[in-house]
Amino acid sequence: MKTYIRSAACISPQKTFRSEVFLDNIVEYNGTRLRTIEPDYKEFIDPKLIRRMSHIIKMGVATAKDCLNQAGIEMPEAIITGTAFGCMEDTVTFLTRMVEQNEELLPPTAFIQSTHNTVAAQVALMLKCHGYNNTFVHKGISFESALIDANMLLREQEAHNILVGGTEEMVDTSFKVLTRLGLYRRQPTSNLHLLSSEAKGTMGGEGAAFFLLSDKASDDNLAELSSVKTLYNTSDVEAGITKFLAENELKAEDIDLVITGKNGDVRNDAIYKQLASSIFQNAGIANYKHLCGEYATSSSFALWLAANVVKKGIIPQTVAEPRVNSRPLKKVLIYNHYLYKYHSLMIVSAT
Amino acid sequence: MSSSVHIAGVGVISAIGKNVTEHLSSFENGKAGMGEITLLDTIHKGKLPVAEVKLSNGELIAITGLPPQTSRTALLSLVAAREALQDAAIPNFESLRTGFVSANTVGGMDKSEDFFVDFLANNNRGKLRNVFDHECGSKTEIVADQLGITDYMTTISTACSSSANAIFYAARLIKNDLLDVVIAGGTDALTKFTLNGFNTLMILDKEFCKPFDEHREGLNLGEGSGYLVLVSEKVARTLSKPVYCKLSGYNNSNDAYHQTASSPDGTGSYLAMKGALDKSGLKPSDIDYINLHGTGTPNNDSAEGAAVKRLFDPHYPPMSSTKSYTGHTLGASGSIEAVFSVLAIKNGIIYPNLRFETQMSELPFKPETKFIKGRQLNHVMSNSFGFGGNCTSLIFSRA
Repeated sequence: MKTYIRSAACISPQKTFRSEVFLDNIVEYNGTRLRTIEPDYKEFIDPKLIRRMSHIIKMGVATAKDCLNQAGIEMPEAIITGTAFGCMEDTVTFLTRMVEQNEELLPPTAFIQSTHNTVAAQVALMLKCHGYNNTFVHKGISFESALIDANMLLREQEAHNILVGGTEEMVDTSFKVLTRLGLYRRQPTSNLHLLSSEAKGTMGGEGAAFFLLSDKASDDNLAELSSVKTLYNTSDVEAGITKFLAENELKAEDIDLVITGKNGDVRNDAIYKQLASSIFQNAGIANYKHLCGEYATSSSFALWLAANVVKKGIIPQTVAEPRVNSRPLKKVLIYNHYLYKYHSLMIVSAT
Repeated sequence: MSSSVHIAGVGVISAIGKNVTEHLSSFENGKAGMGEITLLDTIHKGKLPVAEVKLSNGELIAITGLPPQTSRTALLSLVAAREALQDAAIPNFESLRTGFVSANTVGGMDKSEDFFVDFLANNNRGKLRNVFDHECGSKTEIVADQLGITDYMTTISTACSSSANAIFYAARLIKNDLLDVVIAGGTDALTKFTLNGFNTLMILDKEFCKPFDEHREGLNLGEGSGYLVLVSEKVARTLSKPVYCKLSGYNNSNDAYHQTASSPDGTGSYLAMKGALDKSGLKPSDIDYINLHGTGTPNNDSAEGAAVKRLFDPHYPPMSSTKSYTGHTLGASGSIEAVFSVLAIKNGIIYPNLRFETQMSELPFKPETKFIKGRQLNHVMSNSFGFGGNCTSLIFSRA
């Protein structure tokens, strides 16, 4: 059995949502943070509901619905999401009121919507979908855990069409705290120069991407999601990747393009450079975090990118590293790591 | 894919005990865990009863050996996860593909809410060590490192069904041959955030909760953690003592009715119980005991009761809500009650539903009120339902 990506929808700091073009007209940001470009949510959500919804819920619901529209599927059999921080906007709202009002006369809405499963729940509620519903909240492998869950459901024949999403919102509070923790640049920079201007720290980001995964082959499918694996605290990433490829009956030479999680932070990028000059010296290399920023479920942006690269057979100029490679794009490997502790590997293949 | 998943070890900590033995004794003696708030600094102290684990953070740090700034959520988690792993005593654990799947609902909120007071006054203040491990995943990671987990770990958060889903996901990781052994469950500590949150919903009982009683008025919050050690058939054969039971059925369905309220007919609860029965190949009449979700809120017990009636009428197995002992431990409740269900099969126990007086007028059944021991139980169902319509039922069966 194979897992196919039937459709993909992505809200990001670039024009990725319902866009006619594929990563053309890149948006430049100067600072240390990238914010998503907001679509007109009224097309997807009842205006009466929009007002009460936080950013992550709106992004999640809109991408989920657009993903279903693209796939021509009204009712998925399962909805699975990944988010590391969850509904930060509502969490911060409730915490702030709790402190400022000394625990008195608190309105319930923010608390109700603060649970990490709110996006998956709201999608289910809007679709009246009674099927399997799950939410993973494990740092940089939240989205990968959701994909592993979906893969198992397809293999178990428990579902044939599954909506899987990665969502993360960056609110001022989390941005400030994460800046104090040293994740982001101290000096403003342009995202277009983020990867070439190496320094300590990267740029913060956010976004939502949903995918319709199916076990049915079809010419309309974007790509095949051949394999997903995570590694924890590994001492030898190169060996881990080689083993992962071997488990999939592949060698490093079979990979036409590697999409890396390079983010411009010197501490972060060394491994990607090492791999580009060792096992992947003959593969094309592409990077994406200058487009969406760094966030825990950014690999969902990478998967959206990989699925489109494979389907369209082109690598947008903005993501490609200048390396000679004219091979057809049949096998793409996404390799991203989260603070060098969690390593995420996905193989996306042409169908 | 058809191989079964066995339960090789259990561990639990809650307001009624800090290990399995203490829990069994509290159950037998009808000793509930609710009382006045002693650990949280809140205006609700003396007004709202909660079910606290009777150990301070300092005591938990001494027991676990974790660093002093560790969130109570992780401290509670390690106590029960360690007990479960020691209980399982798996030979050659290091050579197996091992995983840790844990659940919680608010991560390190117990520390973050302290940080936030200083942070709100000045964004450059607040001790970063109190917020560094805010993420739900951090709690899992801290404990997984202590347990020596190398292959895979993840965290699930589906409100009050979280840890039932963790057990269910863990079982599937084994069935899909991705792992050999998984320690799975969940943890949640009491926080001001959740106490105030549930208080705004006006579903906290000012007295000790009365699940499935006509005059029930809400839930009491609790805290704790519970873990099962799930093993493949192959690993089960290497154990030096018999397994507790197997996980024979599971289902996750969504009520898709409202973000917090359950549908009046308990659609999600019905689908979860029905789906779990179908998965296990059992009939309703095969179930010997149901550990109810039974929070004690008018809405939950009415919806769950309607779903039980639809599925089981007219032959009702004994059932009870052990939240009448532990309070509602939120993300930990599914796995704490899974531990109780596993112990029920092993020891032939049906737990009493404390403080029950009056049967609900809309239901033709009432919960068990006596402690029963020595009964042969072949199949036990455990229900966990949460915000967002997330409903999960598990069925444990004699191996």
